[in-house]
Amino acid sequence: MTRMDASRVALRDAAQAQRHGAIVRITHWITVVCFFALVITGGEIVISHPRFYWGETGNVNMKPLFTIPIASSRDTVPTGYGYVMPDQNGWSRYLHFEAAWAVVLTGLVYGIAGLVSGHFRKDLMAGRGERSWRAVRDVMGRYLRRAPPGEADARSYNVLQKMAYLGVIFVLFPLVIWTGLALSPSFNSAFPFWVNVLGGRQCARTLHFFVSGALVVFLVVHVTMVAMAGFWSRTKAMITGR
Amino acid sequence: MKEISRRGLITGGVAATAGVAGLAAASRIASRYGLIPPDCKGIYGPGETLTYAAQRLLTAHSLAREFPRSMISKIPFRNETAPPSDEFKRLLAGGFADWRLAVDGMVARPGVYSISELKSLPMRSQITEVVCEEGWSYIAEWIGTPLSELLNAVGVLPQARYVAYFSIEKDWWDSIDMADAGHPQTLLTWAMNDGDLPVGFGGPLRLRVPRQLGYKSVKYLTRLTVTDSMKKFGQGLGSAAPEGGYAWYAGI
Repeated sequence: MTRMDASRVALRDAAQAQRHGAIVRITHWITVVCFFALVITGGEIVISHPRFYWGETGNVNMKPLFTIPIASSRDTVPTGYGYVMPDQNGWSRYLHFEAAWAVVLTGLVYGIAGLVSGHFRKDLMAGRGERSWRAVRDVMGRYLRRAPPGEADARSYNVLQKMAYLGVIFVLFPLVIWTGLALSPSFNSAFPFWVNVLGGRQCARTLHFFVSGALVVFLVVHVTMVAMAGFWSRTKAMITGR
Repeated sequence: MKEISRRGLITGGVAATAGVAGLAAASRIASRYGLIPPDCKGIYGPGETLTYAAQRLLTAHSLAREFPRSMISKIPFRNETAPPSDEFKRLLAGGFADWRLAVDGMVARPGVYSISELKSLPMRSQITEVVCEEGWSYIAEWIGTPLSELLNAVGVLPQARYVAYFSIEKDWWDSIDMADAGHPQTLLTWAMNDGDLPVGFGGPLRLRVPRQLGYKSVKYLTRLTVTDSMKKFGQGLGSAAPEGGYAWYAGI
């Protein structure tokens, strides 16, 4: 085999190689389903008390940190609207916790597999050449100039993508789980520091809302970027791996 | 690249098989040790069962957080209740001297207790937070007779698994397992902060279950039934809450 042939084979192999491993693809789509369930039901629960507080306690007799200007599903909440929305908290709470279990167990599988297979180290840790402001600026420049993605961009992540994914996996998801669990009075009875370290129950609730908001912002940016890079080819890659 | 995905598939397959086998074994152990909630059926059953089982394994004897007196809420929030019945108004007019709490079911000595008889049992006071599933909360001092003291007085039979409790208000009832019923902070509450328990907060008698959300703390208590199964109560889901779409276990 000549040198030319060998490089052609290498190129062909690269073209046939999977963009995403099976575990990444399966856990990705389970997470998508759970995330939508959690955001929708979380929103429904917020509607029953669209006021947020800071500290341990908070109720309509206390000054809120901020209020979402929507009608509520409880007539005990003074919203200024002469309208009470239908109560959706029962099934929302059931589904919220079921989806939370599913996404936490899925996250555990993903996290363990990612450590064992080297997915985090190989695909998501910034390479030596990328750990500089210059590298970050270069990638930003390419986005701002709307430079078309090259072949390499479909096979590996750039430094901004890596930072976003690592931030979601190792910062936002752990935080949203932490602040959510801190809302369980029974869990807090066994582990009081879990909520106390956040500054109290209402701090935990407000932080849970903000971290969820950050995850929704990530989702919007993520889907926008996928759409700009070629929605169907990237979505197909996350389904079939190619 | 190919080898990694094959390894991934094998890992996934092994994990799935282990998961299914684990679930089968877990459900057998769970029903034996009381880790299955009465509302374990339906599409939300698996999540509900995981929550209840995990909570029971982690929090069987833990105490709800208590707060310093300085953290008591200035104006506690009195949630809405239905307009009082004629019978309630009559008892209120008599200063609740005729209010009675009946205790029956799997107990050695069923009985009927007045508020002053409850007050003659050992009492307890605690400063805990009322936490609503809607998101609001407040802190108050709650004073009453631990449910465990009354259960000791009537002699609970060993096969008991739940205590069902009923309000004077129609269709308002709930139940807790023996871990919560025997818990030192589960109070038959008859006083709050510096006085008798106000009617708006459940007076003359309310069960406070501080490790669970406010809706488990049923107001205007008139009857307790100790039982080994919730199947015969209402639709058999453990309380009126699941009949209205809300979970029986409200520790989360």
